[in-house]
Amino acid sequence: MLNQRPEAGCGSEGCGSGGCGTQSGGSHGTGNQGCGSAGQGDYLGDPSRRLFNIAAVGAVASMALNTACGPKRLYEAPKDKLRALIAEEEKKYTAEYGKTVKVSDAGPMPGVQFAYALDISRCIGCRRCVYACVDENNQSRDPQIHWIKVNQMDKDKGVDFSHADPYYNPEQVPQEGHFYVPVACQQCEDPPCVKVCPTGATWKEKDGIVVIDYDWCIGCRYCMAACPYGARHFNWAEPKIAPSELNPNMHYLGNRPRTKGVVEKCTFCIQRSREGRYPACVEVCPVGARKFGNLLDASSEIRYIIEHKRILVLKEELNTVPRFFYFYAT
Amino acid sequence: MPLKSIRLFGGFARGSLQLISEGNRAYWMWLAFLGMLIISGALAYAAQVTTGLGLTAMRDPVSWGFYIGNFTFLVGVAAAVVLVIPAYVYDWKPIREVVLYGELLAICSIIMCLMFVTVDIGRPDRFWHLMPPFGHLNFPSSVLAWDVVVLNLYFLVNFVVATHILYRAFHGKPYIKKLVVPLVLLSVPMAVGIHTVTAFLYNGLAARPYWNSSILAPQFLASAFCSGPAILLVMLQLLRKFTRFEIKDEAIWKVAELMAYAMFLNLFLHGAEAFKEFYSNTQHTLYTRYWYLGLGEHKTLVPYAWSAVALNILGFALFISPRTRRNWTTLNIGCLATYAGVYIEKGMGLIIPGLTPDTLGEIYVYYPTATELRVAAGIFATGFLLFTLMLKVAVPISLGEFHGKERAEEGAPSGAAALAH
Repeated sequence: MLNQRPEAGCGSEGCGSGGCGTQSGGSHGTGNQGCGSAGQGDYLGDPSRRLFNIAAVGAVASMALNTACGPKRLYEAPKDKLRALIAEEEKKYTAEYGKTVKVSDAGPMPGVQFAYALDISRCIGCRRCVYACVDENNQSRDPQIHWIKVNQMDKDKGVDFSHADPYYNPEQVPQEGHFYVPVACQQCEDPPCVKVCPTGATWKEKDGIVVIDYDWCIGCRYCMAACPYGARHFNWAEPKIAPSELNPNMHYLGNRPRTKGVVEKCTFCIQRSREGRYPACVEVCPVGARKFGNLLDASSEIRYIIEHKRILVLKEELNTVPRFFYFYAT
Repeated sequence: MPLKSIRLFGGFARGSLQLISEGNRAYWMWLAFLGMLIISGALAYAAQVTTGLGLTAMRDPVSWGFYIGNFTFLVGVAAAVVLVIPAYVYDWKPIREVVLYGELLAICSIIMCLMFVTVDIGRPDRFWHLMPPFGHLNFPSSVLAWDVVVLNLYFLVNFVVATHILYRAFHGKPYIKKLVVPLVLLSVPMAVGIHTVTAFLYNGLAARPYWNSSILAPQFLASAFCSGPAILLVMLQLLRKFTRFEIKDEAIWKVAELMAYAMFLNLFLHGAEAFKEFYSNTQHTLYTRYWYLGLGEHKTLVPYAWSAVALNILGFALFISPRTRRNWTTLNIGCLATYAGVYIEKGMGLIIPGLTPDTLGEIYVYYPTATELRVAAGIFATGFLLFTLMLKVAVPISLGEFHGKERAEEGAPSGAAALAH
């Protein structure tokens, strides 16, 4: 059996009174630093839009100096402007973390619809996926943010979240009489979080991945109230990552560093999956419980599972139509 | 013409400043007290902006808390203006003043609402992201976008009406009926609108069974018809005591009677919801159970739940009986009980059980931190300060005790007479 990594206070506990009080000494840049700098002007788009932005500075000068002349939503940015924006971000992160950072702008691949399947009968609850995800996706280490939450269930009760224990911490897993249900973003076909966002800072990409524009999110957390799966996480304090632990292979909609006060979530490792690689959690799983692939490819493993195994989705009655399937292989 | 307008407005502004800069010892003590709370709140908020919302007790499982609870409650208070309905129906003589002060209360409540939303968001520096054409408002998809629109419109309508009435009275002129009457009539359905939209904000979330119940919007309205008038009744009595402002006893008693019916409806709707939850006893009962009975050893909210029930019943009992609603002591106890009961049930009683247990069954016990309490106290103090200053200007003007030079020169009718047109 595998030794299990202790989960040192995720989410709710990771940010106790001690952890939050200290702000990182380094000057973590906000998403849109350097208001008024020539470089920023480049991604403002057409001149009329620039005028709007200048007007915005006037209107909200007292409060919004930091972001008022930043870019429009990434969602609306034309491809060339986006590239310029991303080049700026790369420079900024490279300087900040002292290593060469590459930020990808790879779009959805034609003919690809991602889907995920998790074998409940295989998962042993080791939480390797949780920490591989943190390493891959540059989540804050202090306070800790985990995009995957592993719930320990009683075999007597079945999949019943009201009796789940996410803070299980035995010497060894799996424990007798229990099974494990890891939950992350279900990448819903009809995502309630996207519907409620007041600024349009989150949306579903063509390949089915629900993404967030960290530079546009205002941190109102309406999406967190709307998500039925607890998949969205808020930066309650300035996120901290040691430069040595930073993953420099980023995607602008995925694992680039976040600031405090914005929401983040699983993106099926968009920086990997759009290059044809598996998400980090799939790669790290020691028992092969995690499967990932293209729904539109009739010969893919994911299609085989959906067509041949007993599958279920969480909270089916809510009609969110998840792209994350749970199944029993044995 | 523009020059004259500027001069006239300058006179109004100067007059208003003069009014708020004069007062007795109690007035200044009150302002100093509010000022202290505001400074304390501002300092707490500054720390929250610097460090992050981690200074609050909110975390991922309970991602909204005290701030959003207060926001929701104050949307209800903003309904005070619906008092114009009985005022018109029963044709009380000081109807215009009741309307005016109701609107001032609505203005202050909406300002507090907007402040509570602002302190709750993680990136307040990006609030312009909501404002087209600079930003992008996800309308009509997001109910929060609807709420932003209706709250601001409601604010605007009330602001225009109240300012116009006062400004005209200051210069000894009757208000323009063609402008005011339609706007006042419009503000009544709008008061209903802001409540409905705010209820839908929660109601539309299928992820939260406690909120995802169609009884929510009617229940919001019922409780709003209690909390807004409760404040207004106390205020009207104070004004009557300390100024020349007159209001008939019958008017106050009638409002109290109407509050009793509203409270009955509120209690009935709560009862209907509780029956559905406990009798059907599905997994969705967890949240109602957490509020009224607690789950396992988690019973933090239970005393609050039953206090709210007891206070609401007390308010109902005192207002339904003619003897107790005509006794000033019991009337005011009833007002306080109603205010407190609705504050508990519609603030924390709505938000916290809505989010606990969270969507994956985790129970995170939320209790507001000192930062949250200080920021909230600061916002309430700001609202009270604004309301005090507004009344300081509005009362003498509407009573015709204070006016601009033009009026004296032209020998126009008194402000009160002008208002009565």
